[in-house]
Amino acid sequence: MSTKKFMYLNRKAPYGTVYALESLEVVLIAAAFEQDVSLAFIDDGVYQIVDGQKTDGIGMKNFSSTYRALGDYDINKLYVSKESLDERGLSEDDLMPLVYEDEDDDWAEKPSVFVVSNAELSKIMSDQDVCLSF
Amino acid sequence: MKISIQVNEGPYQHQSADTAYQFAKAAIEKGHEIFRVFFYHDGVNNASRFTVPPQDDRNVVNNWADLKNADGSDIDRVVCVAAALRRGMLDESEAGKNSVEGNNIHPAFRISGLGQLIEAGIQSDRLVVFGD
Repeated sequence: MSTKKFMYLNRKAPYGTVYALESLEVVLIAAAFEQDVSLAFIDDGVYQIVDGQKTDGIGMKNFSSTYRALGDYDINKLYVSKESLDERGLSEDDLMPLVYEDEDDDWAEKPSVFVVSNAELSKIMSDQDVCLSF
Repeated sequence: MKISIQVNEGPYQHQSADTAYQFAKAAIEKGHEIFRVFFYHDGVNNASRFTVPPQDDRNVVNNWADLKNADGSDIDRVVCVAAALRRGMLDESEAGKNSVEGNNIHPAFRISGLGQLIEAGIQSDRLVVFGD
């Protein structure tokens, strides 16, 4: 099967609507297809990977720990819009420290999160074969 | 061109189900092939055989069910199993597996997994997503 570049574009807050949760379900399935997978977080989507999420008060399952497992599925390109962080008073320090182990570099732990400008993100997006927007 | 479509919103609540259908129809008229339509999120409700709109309104479910490629071949209409089950959309097989009486998936649609969406992305020249 041929390899294509798949990007999953996450634009919504993690709770409030089901888009974020069901996007993550697609990403986990996609990992089994050995395609080139990347994720982008823009607009309220940046809240999906904010550290220290607590959902007890709203009776929803906290699925944020699933993002930490993405590295184990060889999903290690998570692009975050700098402008979207800035607009919300957030910085990279507010995000979960997501990492992966690089098998080509003696399993060294490396960051999976890349804060990029919208201009850089649009270049990355135009390089994709398939963009799925959630 | 081989095109697949992802529908992320339910019928009647949101225009994207209609827009996706109009897009598919126009693409076929222009000589393109629809490889697969994948229904996700609330889009799974497009497959309910119990949909009964007023007589003077369009029937979104039947529109999908009647859609054919230019050569007369049927279109693969796939409903995501995980999204369907948590929204109470079941075919006979899933109803049996989950000990639920009755089923509501229109026979023109089939329930399957998210892998069908990824495969559609790989096999098609374009994957077009409709939704918010």
